[in-house]
Amino acid sequence: MNKPSTKASGLALPALHRREVLALGAGGLLAASGLGARAQGKVPPPPPAKPSGQVVVGLSQEPTAFNPLMPGIEVDETVWMQIFNTMWLAQPDGSLVPDLAAEVPTEANGGISEGGLAWKVKLREGITWHDGTPFTAEDVKYTLELINAPGFKARTRVGHSLVKDIKVSGPLEISWRMEKAYAPYLALLSNTFIVPKHLLEKAADPNTAPFNGAPVGTGPFKWGTRTPGDNIQLVANEKYHGKGPYLEKAVLKYVPDQTALYAQFRTGQVDLIIGTGIPANFYAEAVKLPGRKVVKIPSASLEVLMPNLEHPALSDKAVRKALYASINKQAIIDIVFYGLHIPTESFMPQESWAYDPNLPKQAYDPALAGKILDDAGWKRSGSGVRMKNGVPLEFAVSTTTGAALREQCQQLMQQDWQQVGIKMAINNMPAAVIWGDFYTRSKFQSLLVGTAFRTVIDPDPAHRFGSDAIPAKSGNGANQMQWQNAEADALMKQGQETFDMAKRKEIYQKLQVLVREELPILPIYQYAPVEGYKEGLIGYQPNINARQNTWNMGQWYWAK
Amino acid sequence: MIAFLLRRLGQSLLLLLIVSVIGFAILHLAPGGPLSQFAAGGDMTQADLDRIAEQLGLNRPLPVQYVEWLWRMLTGDWGLSYRDQQPVLHIIASHLGATLELMLTSTLLAMVIGAWVGILGAIRRYSLFDSLATIGAMIALSIPTFWFGLVIIYVFSVGLGWLPAGNRYTMGDGSFLNQVHHLIGPCIVLALVSTAVWSRYMRSSMLEVVNQDYIRTARAKGVPERQILLRHALRNALLPMITITGLHVPTLLSGALVTETVFTWPGMGRLFLDSISYRDYPVVMGILMFTAVLVLLGSLLADLLYGVADPRISRSGR
Repeated sequence: MNKPSTKASGLALPALHRREVLALGAGGLLAASGLGARAQGKVPPPPPAKPSGQVVVGLSQEPTAFNPLMPGIEVDETVWMQIFNTMWLAQPDGSLVPDLAAEVPTEANGGISEGGLAWKVKLREGITWHDGTPFTAEDVKYTLELINAPGFKARTRVGHSLVKDIKVSGPLEISWRMEKAYAPYLALLSNTFIVPKHLLEKAADPNTAPFNGAPVGTGPFKWGTRTPGDNIQLVANEKYHGKGPYLEKAVLKYVPDQTALYAQFRTGQVDLIIGTGIPANFYAEAVKLPGRKVVKIPSASLEVLMPNLEHPALSDKAVRKALYASINKQAIIDIVFYGLHIPTESFMPQESWAYDPNLPKQAYDPALAGKILDDAGWKRSGSGVRMKNGVPLEFAVSTTTGAALREQCQQLMQQDWQQVGIKMAINNMPAAVIWGDFYTRSKFQSLLVGTAFRTVIDPDPAHRFGSDAIPAKSGNGANQMQWQNAEADALMKQGQETFDMAKRKEIYQKLQVLVREELPILPIYQYAPVEGYKEGLIGYQPNINARQNTWNMGQWYWAK
Repeated sequence: MIAFLLRRLGQSLLLLLIVSVIGFAILHLAPGGPLSQFAAGGDMTQADLDRIAEQLGLNRPLPVQYVEWLWRMLTGDWGLSYRDQQPVLHIIASHLGATLELMLTSTLLAMVIGAWVGILGAIRRYSLFDSLATIGAMIALSIPTFWFGLVIIYVFSVGLGWLPAGNRYTMGDGSFLNQVHHLIGPCIVLALVSTAVWSRYMRSSMLEVVNQDYIRTARAKGVPERQILLRHALRNALLPMITITGLHVPTLLSGALVTETVFTWPGMGRLFLDSISYRDYPVVMGILMFTAVLVLLGSLLADLLYGVADPRISRSGR
């Protein structure tokens, strides 16, 4: 049994490394485990008739981007979700519920036709912007056009770039055509916040519009004030079209250090911690805090070892299989990560409707790893490191500097692989360095990274696995491991073109089997971050399909 | 006097130019960039990242970027933050209040206590008090602020519940008393180190003076000890402190990186740290230039004040 050489130190996890890497593409599908109000065991009291009280949400990253179409990180979505709305919204069970739209378009209701090339959406009546102007289909049209406008700093044009011929056929009816059938667009639109045409079109340059610093939306909360570096205050929108808001005020409080954030949660200065959450080393203590509820929440982020498949040794499938067989996953999760996370074999979150639960289970078996390497011709040399055709079996694993628990994880791997005759070096770097060109242009040998492999909440991983999505080669996509597999390409193409869920499930299960066999990524675990809230807060409900668990903050209130 | 000021101004401008070149080069040549924060998430494609880099002008040669930045700086445009698209000066201004409040309080506290400890230590040299003060100062200087801040939070906030665990005020309160309450913790941490520094300066400055001939003369004349100390010794011993105070001015506005982070204080130090980790070039350069100006102003101020306080050092003599 390999024990980490140092016990995880309790204090001072600097916020940076986790902020950049841990809580990346959250979202997922199906079945949150019914925490929140129901888990409190009794029927919650009814919400107040008029918005009252305030909640202070503790965040370890600072929201700074307020135009929801411009570049931002996950924590910015905490604000977007309150101020703006999307046409439809993903629930914890994965279903889409109409929000600004009157119904979610499907092939069955005629909203999507011609095999996915024609889309038509009816919008909900009676919605107004925070400034009182009515919301109309023109706003949706403007939003979709702005994303594709050449000079506009749009966050991403994935999916949107296929949209053409947008037509407004009534104040609340919009239709458009797609250049090709693209099923994940439904999911992408569940994360595309609609912005007001009447305010942005007035600006000389939407990139620098005053709107971007004081956004106006249709959501449950209105923009209040911002103290940069400290907090953002939102106030109830009493004319909100949906349920709530029940709170008069919501404060998003930035506490840059995770340990300090946890201390403020303990002393009651923040009412809840979401996002990067409570550090794993405080979990055992946190669950015992009086007056606090501390919960493990589902997350779609996976911790994977990402090999660079152009590396002379790592390009060999046998090497990847041997590496995978000699990772002691259970030890990593139990000893290093306090037993919090969930071992996984798939690139898909286990809550997803497309998840394949029958993938072969990895078992820690160094002997098997040795045999695989022997059979593949990797022979031990004098130094103990295996060689094949003059190529030594050695490579570096990089991750964010200062991530104490990840560093221990690296040490465990290093020890295990050394026994098998694989030489691993540790080459860690600060977040701003490692996730720059080093990552995007595939200059790494391998990475230990927490990330997601889907399109918002859709299982489609084409931008991560497609052979036309290798940034170092085509300048596009996010397939940094540089995986090229014709069978996978074909499956992903089929998956994008098919709108039938049962058929898509079959396609993505085949893809999961293929990825598990080829190992373009070595999945280690699916994250189970820890969030906490004060007792008496009703309505908090983790949602693996939302980027942040403030997704339903309009419906939160305090039990009196 | 005017000639002196003009000469100093010319030197300062040259220095600022050099600082900006070095700062700009180091910042941009360091690996990584402002887009890293977006890349890690995995849902922005390389095409998206490249387009944004192009739109931000990050793809152009460094000298071109520098000249453009300098030109805009000279016309009073400090640029827009990459993080929140706000003007850099606006961002700096919005963090100044918090920093000034914290630094001014802790510096005053440290100066008063430090001067007192230093003077007493000098008068009673090698006494028990002096030894304890010396040891105390060494310990205070050696304690890492980060650790000490966490200890204060752990003991007084989490353990005893006397002090808030950070922030400038309670959300929804913000009264004067509430702000003072929040100021105590970070102030103790910051003042601890500065007190140690001030007391050491004061002690050695005082020691130098009390051994001078004129003090002995005063004693021989029978001037009361109290008067000797206050009128003759202290006034002269405070002279070098003017320089130190002048050099301390920039610290008042540039903030404390570590303490502000531990105590969630929304000041300049934390802004600097956050801007560096996000590679928010315009803001980092803005803070750098702002601090450089302060340093130059501080030392100029110290020189001028020194002349006022000590007529022996006359400007025209230079």
